[in-house]
Amino acid sequence: MIEVANVTKTYHAGRPNAYTAVDGVSLAIERGRLTVLKGPSGSGKTTLLSLVGCMARPSSGRIHLRGVKAAGLPAAGGALEITSLPERFLTEIRRATFGFIFQHFNLIKGVSTLENVMLPAYPLGGDPAALRRRAGELLERFGLSRHAREPIDRLSGGELQRVAIARALVNDPAVLIADEPTAHLDSHLSEAFMALMGTFKEGGRTLLIASHDPLVYDSPLVDATHELRDGRLCGKASA
Amino acid sequence: MPGTLRRTRSILDFALASLLRRKGRNAALLGVYTLVVFVAASLVFFTQAVKREAHQVLADAPGLVVQRTLAGRQDLVPLAWADWVRGLRGVRSVRPRWWGYYYDGAFGANFTVQASEDAALPAGSARIGAGAARILRVKEGDLITLRGHDNLPLLLTVQGILSSDSELVASDLLLLPREDFQTLFGLPPDQATDLAVDVANPRELPTLAAKIAERYPEARPILHSEILRTYDAIFDWRGGLLVAVLMIAVLCFAIFAWDRAAGLSAEERREIGILKSIGWETSDVLLLKLLEGLAVSLTAFLSGCVLAYGHVFLFSAPLFEGALKGWSVLYPRYRLVPVVDGYQLSLLFLLAVVPYTAATLIPGWRAATVDPDAAMRS
Repeated sequence: MIEVANVTKTYHAGRPNAYTAVDGVSLAIERGRLTVLKGPSGSGKTTLLSLVGCMARPSSGRIHLRGVKAAGLPAAGGALEITSLPERFLTEIRRATFGFIFQHFNLIKGVSTLENVMLPAYPLGGDPAALRRRAGELLERFGLSRHAREPIDRLSGGELQRVAIARALVNDPAVLIADEPTAHLDSHLSEAFMALMGTFKEGGRTLLIASHDPLVYDSPLVDATHELRDGRLCGKASA
Repeated sequence: MPGTLRRTRSILDFALASLLRRKGRNAALLGVYTLVVFVAASLVFFTQAVKREAHQVLADAPGLVVQRTLAGRQDLVPLAWADWVRGLRGVRSVRPRWWGYYYDGAFGANFTVQASEDAALPAGSARIGAGAARILRVKEGDLITLRGHDNLPLLLTVQGILSSDSELVASDLLLLPREDFQTLFGLPPDQATDLAVDVANPRELPTLAAKIAERYPEARPILHSEILRTYDAIFDWRGGLLVAVLMIAVLCFAIFAWDRAAGLSAEERREIGILKSIGWETSDVLLLKLLEGLAVSLTAFLSGCVLAYGHVFLFSAPLFEGALKGWSVLYPRYRLVPVVDGYQLSLLFLLAVVPYTAATLIPGWRAATVDPDAAMRS
């Protein structure tokens, strides 16, 4: 579904503080599989996630997506090369195809749980009642209905992550991307998170997780693991 | 509902929820903003209404007033002048007028005194302005006593209180029969304060004024248009005083608003990064910031204007009367006829709403044009 070909990302290129976070990485992510990027902090996992998730463009190399639709672009039955697309199309693809679960959850403080979940759908201009219903159903599914009207500031770490997952699912994306999802969870909650990922996988979603937690990359649910170090793939992908 | 409208509505909902999150700060901003608009709008409403009032009252004023000067000061006009002016071609009527000022030490008030040749106002009676009636604490049928030039009291029965329609000009007026006026001030019978001249064709007024000034070098002819201009200048000047004070308030607010609107906090920048990372475009973030700015500035503008309307037209501008109305202790008490000048209101809208909204947009645009992956790293 996603093909990364010889991708490099250099920040502050041409300046004295230039830094190459991802260096010549090539890999493929299969549809309906759980793929893990593992490696220590600073190995380039988060940068690779942001490149795959259309949040940033690579300095060189190509990323192809298959089976993706974006308004204004011809239907991509084959592979759509996303690295040269303008921001408008990248945003379109990002919100239609990807759901993000950030390491620090990145929820908006002071706003209600329900509104946080609905936020990614606001720019789409859909029916507000239907959106509210869908967000409500997601909160119910994750056992958060009683917190729907509360500001997220009052929720525990585990609850915050479930809100972040509900938000990632609100636009019904084909791909879920999670960056160090268990970094702020204890073992019990980490196992619960992986169990949840298992249900998403069974539901046919493609999952891409960056983590250096053995509870994640050693999980029997994982289909493929790519190890990164200093921005490069090291070793052979394990499956 | 079309998608664009639903998108705007959803983002507006979020903009309002965002503003409510910082209740204290935004309420303080809204309070100061509303106050500045209130003062500015009160000034605009008041000056316009007062000028209109003065124009209406002066609509029936003569086309030309002839005064006499002595050593550069106004002096009494001989009635013989009236006969000569009446003989000029184009003059329809010449009316001698008697008026002056009377200071009442007991009440500490100055009154404008005018003689009336109305047969319905017999000797020993007077009609007085509503302000004068308030100060003298009299009503129709009561007696008032004025001290004459010879120190003798002049007793007058109040025949009526002048209508409040003309109170702006007539508030402090005492209208006396001509003979009582002359007795009060000891005026010679063959002289008047000035002459009111009416003509058939107003375009001949400057020519007539020139002829009168040539015949009587000490004459000072005053055209109707000059009186109106003087009134406008007086109210503009008084309004200008308040504008000067207002400018300080506006400047303070501008600094406050700029600080509030132009500098996004680290938290706000982080939020914009989050919104971009979950699928908002730069244009969505700009719409959010625009709606936030408009919500604050439009609320302040509308509340300020409504409060100013009530202040000026329902409560007769109690905050301004010291600076803008009359002098002495005789403030006219009346309701101004509501006049809203669309041009001035639009100008106020442009000055109050546009700069603030623009100030909120620019930093939002700066923050929204960064790559969304910044949120991944925060």
